[in-house]
Amino acid sequence: MENFVLANSGHNRDDEASKFGMWLFLFTELLLFGGLFLVYTIYRYLNSEAFLHASYELDVVMGTVNTVVLLTSSLTVALSITALQKGNIKLTQGLLVATILFALTFLVIKYFEWSAKFEHGLFPGMDHYDHLIPAEKMFFFLYFFMTGLHGLHVIVGGVLLGFVMWDIKKKKTTPDNFVYLENGGLYWHLVDIIWIFLFPLFYLIH
Amino acid sequence: MSVALAQPENFYQAKRGLFSWIFSTDHKRIGLLYFYAIISFFLVAMALGFLMRLELIAPGETVMGAKTYNQVFTLHGVIMIFLFLIPSVPAFFGNFLLPLMIGTDDVAFPKLNLFSWWLYVLGGIFALLTLVVGDGPADTGWTFYAPYSVKTGTNVTLAVLAAFILGFSSILTGLNFIVTIHRLRAPKMGWFQMPLFAWALYATAWIQLLATPVIGITLLMIIAERVFGVGLFDPSLGGDPILYQHLFWIYSHPAVYIMVLPGMGLISEMIPTFAKRTIFGYKAIAYSSLAIAFIGYFVWGHHMFTSGMSGPARVIFSVLTFLVAVPSAIKVFNWVATLYKGAIDVKTPLLFSLAFIFQFLLGGLTGLVIGALATDIHLHDTYFVVGHFHYVMFGGAGFAFFGALHYWYGKIWGKMYNEKRAQIAFWLMFIGFNTLYFPMLVLGLMGMPRRYYDYLERFETLNVISTVGSWILITGILLMIINLIVSRKSGKVAPRNPWGGTTMEWQTPSPPPLHNFDATPVVPEGNPYDHKNNITEKA
Repeated sequence: MENFVLANSGHNRDDEASKFGMWLFLFTELLLFGGLFLVYTIYRYLNSEAFLHASYELDVVMGTVNTVVLLTSSLTVALSITALQKGNIKLTQGLLVATILFALTFLVIKYFEWSAKFEHGLFPGMDHYDHLIPAEKMFFFLYFFMTGLHGLHVIVGGVLLGFVMWDIKKKKTTPDNFVYLENGGLYWHLVDIIWIFLFPLFYLIH
Repeated sequence: MSVALAQPENFYQAKRGLFSWIFSTDHKRIGLLYFYAIISFFLVAMALGFLMRLELIAPGETVMGAKTYNQVFTLHGVIMIFLFLIPSVPAFFGNFLLPLMIGTDDVAFPKLNLFSWWLYVLGGIFALLTLVVGDGPADTGWTFYAPYSVKTGTNVTLAVLAAFILGFSSILTGLNFIVTIHRLRAPKMGWFQMPLFAWALYATAWIQLLATPVIGITLLMIIAERVFGVGLFDPSLGGDPILYQHLFWIYSHPAVYIMVLPGMGLISEMIPTFAKRTIFGYKAIAYSSLAIAFIGYFVWGHHMFTSGMSGPARVIFSVLTFLVAVPSAIKVFNWVATLYKGAIDVKTPLLFSLAFIFQFLLGGLTGLVIGALATDIHLHDTYFVVGHFHYVMFGGAGFAFFGALHYWYGKIWGKMYNEKRAQIAFWLMFIGFNTLYFPMLVLGLMGMPRRYYDYLERFETLNVISTVGSWILITGILLMIINLIVSRKSGKVAPRNPWGGTTMEWQTPSPPPLHNFDATPVVPEGNPYDHKNNITEKA
């Protein structure tokens, strides 16, 4: 028997709904990190001396390079959306490849940064770490926790953009239907903006 | 477009087989998947509650020791809150009814909806795994207070992980509902033509979305603390346990409104139908849902009056707590005013609604007693608190859930329940509930502390009464469930609109066809509860 179908169906394409949903999801991500920022702020306030002392261990040069890398990747992803809107699929894919390469660069630099900390024995349970005062331990733990969670988001964002590229290749995401790319881009900007807060909090404040 | 088909296939008949259920993106099937999981968990936690009351029938150890008792009340709390109360109304009734009520065929993101059910199942499995692996279920209480939760050898990590996953599931449901309500209302339906249940879900969805991430990250911090041995909240390692309490309650107090607001929405649906009268103060009820959601964010500190906070902070939290009672009272007054001069038809859903008003009132007013600073010092961590939140959560949200189960039973399963048995079950539940929990309020005033498996002899009489109450209540619940199961086979076939309801879900056959409607539903003009505009046939 034929089924009656309503005009305002939940199965219709609705780009505005998709973007709305993505924005709501980004709010939840901000709040997720918000809890950590709150904890960081309170312990920084309570132990400003120790946090300052511990922060000298971090590599400002590597942090700065990573900031530049991530900001540039936000630019390329934004450009890729415009490129797709203008119908230039080759350029879109090129810009997305660039974005993913920037993401990988970010992770490689992060890897070297973390390795240096491991060599200095600054991870919980390691030799040097165990001899630190509690507040310094807190700093390093928050550093690993927050940049680690952020790194996880970089990976998720990169994989997401990879799926978008696949969709473009399969012609499911097209110059007329690019909300998937837009949402991927939105997520990527979130990854970027969280780093914009992490960077000064850990590396720059004196 | 609007040609009605004579006998459309209902959504059960449309597809068959296990996979057509567990991989379904149909909101009705997902709602039912939630229902069967939720009710199973409810029965497990009810059994744990029964055991706790049995332990407390006499002073000293009767059926379990101290540690087991701690684990039992923790698991009871974790299941009842994260697996029953939080998902019960939104994930089951919300999923099933919201698209029907606003005249569409599904939620905005059907696949995401299925995903959130799978997350729920995964979280449930983790919660149950704590029973069988390692050192048994957590013994911290559902609040997982640090530093004990960091130090105990029981399965806190697994339980906390379960709560994290369940929180994620709840976020996605909320997100889905917000977008659904914004984008998929029937073309002619304005915001103030939405049923009040949709309003309640809308307010709840915002809380789910904006509060849950905070508990998510807090629970991750507990896991990190346990795994890496660092002291985020452990004072012996430089952490601050009060900070944990703040972070926990920043979510968990709003979560109380996740549990009760949708229940209030259900009551707002049932009362006008059985009073045969337009709801009194439609807009006031709609706005009060938003007000509760909003003010509810800023009252979390009242859980911590005795755990160390500055004087001004305590006064502010206390004042805000009193403020949140105002929109709750607005709802109660409007429900009672709706009944005034109505043509009241006393059916089981109405009985549950009236019990809700009575019990919610008691729960709400006792909440003010502990929201006041001076009395809270005396009553904090006593049985008064246990009585209070069971009156709100079970006497409120739980009774709304069971009432709604009768009200929409015909719509969901296509048969009518047996009215006589349902009423007997209701009275057993009502009497059992009050016999069980009212003595707790008195015991708390007498000074009996909560969360102990033992007590002084002078508390014995009231504890015996309370335990007997638990037996009456459980008998009622089991009778209700048996009645509902039996009625599925032997009940009369449900018409489209058995109660003369005015909202749009009554315009479609019971159970609804796959795409919800067999013709474009008619959006009632003006107020959705105007019985003069009731365009659907009765019986």
